[in-house]
Amino acid sequence: MSDRSASTAGHGGVTPVVVGRTFDHVLGWLLATPFVAILAVFLLLPIALIVVVSFWSTSAYSYEPAFIADNYAYLLTSSVTLSVYMKTVFFTVVTWITTLLIGFTVAWFLAFHIKSTGWQIGLFLLCTIPFWTSNIIRMISWIPFLGRNGIANSTLLDFGLVDAPLEWLLFSDFAVILAFVHLYTLFMIVPIFNTMMRIDPTLIEAARDAGASGLQILRHVVVPLSLPGIMIGTIFVVTLVMGDFITVRFMSGGQSASVGRTIANEIGLLQYPAASANAVILLVTVLLIVGALLRFVDIRKEL
Amino acid sequence: MTDTTPDLTTKETSPDAPLNPKGRQRRTLLKGAAATLATGTITGAPMIWAQNIKDVTLRQFGTGVSNLNDVAKQVKEDLGFTLEMTALDSDSVAQRAATQPKSFDIADIEYWICKKVWPAGNLQPMDTTRIKEYDRIVGIFKDGKLNPDSTIAQGTAPHSVGFVDGPDGTNFVDEESGWMTLIPTIYNADTLGIRPDLIGRPIDSWAELLNPEFKGKASILDISSIGIMDAAMVAEATGTVQYGDKGNMTKEEIDKTIAMLIEAKKAGQFRAFWKSFDESVNLMASGEVVIQSMWSPAITAVKAKGVPCVYQPLKEGYRSWGGGIGLSKNLSGLELDAAYEYINWYLSGWVGGYLMRQGYYSAVPATSKEFMSADEWGYWFEGKAAAGDIVSPTGQSIAGAGDIRDGGSFEDRMGSVACWNAVMDENQYMVRKWNEFIAA
Repeated sequence: MSDRSASTAGHGGVTPVVVGRTFDHVLGWLLATPFVAILAVFLLLPIALIVVVSFWSTSAYSYEPAFIADNYAYLLTSSVTLSVYMKTVFFTVVTWITTLLIGFTVAWFLAFHIKSTGWQIGLFLLCTIPFWTSNIIRMISWIPFLGRNGIANSTLLDFGLVDAPLEWLLFSDFAVILAFVHLYTLFMIVPIFNTMMRIDPTLIEAARDAGASGLQILRHVVVPLSLPGIMIGTIFVVTLVMGDFITVRFMSGGQSASVGRTIANEIGLLQYPAASANAVILLVTVLLIVGALLRFVDIRKEL
Repeated sequence: MTDTTPDLTTKETSPDAPLNPKGRQRRTLLKGAAATLATGTITGAPMIWAQNIKDVTLRQFGTGVSNLNDVAKQVKEDLGFTLEMTALDSDSVAQRAATQPKSFDIADIEYWICKKVWPAGNLQPMDTTRIKEYDRIVGIFKDGKLNPDSTIAQGTAPHSVGFVDGPDGTNFVDEESGWMTLIPTIYNADTLGIRPDLIGRPIDSWAELLNPEFKGKASILDISSIGIMDAAMVAEATGTVQYGDKGNMTKEEIDKTIAMLIEAKKAGQFRAFWKSFDESVNLMASGEVVIQSMWSPAITAVKAKGVPCVYQPLKEGYRSWGGGIGLSKNLSGLELDAAYEYINWYLSGWVGGYLMRQGYYSAVPATSKEFMSADEWGYWFEGKAAAGDIVSPTGQSIAGAGDIRDGGSFEDRMGSVACWNAVMDENQYMVRKWNEFIAA
């Protein structure tokens, strides 16, 4: 990344004089340096440390530097790992589909059905209101709402829609996904709305003039042109859900495991090497997913 | 020992009570004088530190239960020196005691943690002759017996890790060697909490936790080292597993216990698992759960919301735990004197009274009594019906006139401990199996 920004800056120099270009070149490197330094110290170094620690050995209350593959051997052969990853992927896929459908619809409505810019901005800000409170608060507020004696169940009972409180509303996979969708739909709306706003309205008019139905316009014009936004939103949602531990813990009542929770448990038990190995595997998995996603759309080109 | 018994059993009637404190005070004074003399002979000059002890700062760390700011405040007031408190969770406490000896002067740890960290050599044993109230410390922490005829419970019983073989000892010994590892500060007996209004029938066994009658309405705590013990109490009660020692299971016993839990989980027995104190309070108060593992102050918190909740005594007995303060190996000279001063103050009653009014027990109940009203003492310790409102140290009303403490008196509760919190030899294996249960 630093290379790219540096070379862009270098080529950006307009003076043909060699001295000037060298200066630009150096300036580019200088401009990139703080960013590179920050990334190196706060991103690359910690990740490198995690990788190193993942090969250490542990006993009950201590861990020593070593180079052993025990942590990985246990992880990759344990049935727990498989079931935990299956569960995490399940949460991710369902959350992704739901947030995509909701996010796309909301963005579509905002971008194409609201004509006044003022209203667009106003309604867009409305979407962000829940974000004025903390993530945890937004999540936990579901618990009294969905509980056995919560508002949802008492309302259903009052209207005679159910005979007994619905137990699956809370401390279930449903509750986990509901909270994820609530928390992360905005991360879909924002990038999709952003790309949609840049679709030239004349393209849609042209499609309509050419006799395309609404559905055809959606499929052949809007979706392809919104793909970068969809991809960015997807990356947000997938990485957030894959790495989550607190939502799964609270909304499932501690009954579902996710990869993040496993790591959090291991840290709690001072099993830092095991937690590191787990984190490395998760990181690799998420990077593979993001890598695969980026093969579909060249986000750099589209931005 | 003989002179502790009357104080402990406290069968005295109220007319005696006004007389007794005086007698006790004199005895305390005499003992104090003796101990001061002893101190003098050891350190040489007991008068010097009286002046510059104010400059001493002792750094204490431990779990939140007993690391109370009110204690630090009172130390400043009564003893003049500064006590810095750091509250951590029990895993971090264990790690710190084992790996960062320079970061603390006083470690407030549980006995099972002591078993793990003592061999690391970061703590120094205490000379019991410098501890004024040593003779009146409850028997559980000395010979393991509450009364001479008590049997010793399974698990890491405090007395088994309470003494070492000398001032530099690293081996635990069974007898009272005069070198104590931890001075007990706080302990209690844990059991299941229930919602009597939602259950509507008597509960008397740990087996009820997995009774299908409470399908979808039970909970167990997701802290493996304690959760496994509660599970073991249940497994033993239902007859699923017979244990050699619940506090130190074999791999096979662990497998069977976890298999039982997984089966129950798959059948939908559990509504949720809890990990923090407030989670357990909310589960119970909201009615999501009607029977679960619980800690004593959580029951108080549920009651404070006006919701009926009982800390149900069960026929199989209690799962008990205890903590104590240990001295860092780095303490010497003036700091060490201050630390002994602090320990003697700790046992002299103010803290004990404070903790006992929260429902815990103190190491020397006799001194705590002097800092409690007769009604509080009767309610918390003797299991008598409260005469008036029982109020916690933080001002919450806990019980009204006529209420009796769940489980009754100190003797009844601490006398029926089935197992102490423990750390197993197969700890790592157990943790992995526990994670399988959570992921199942």
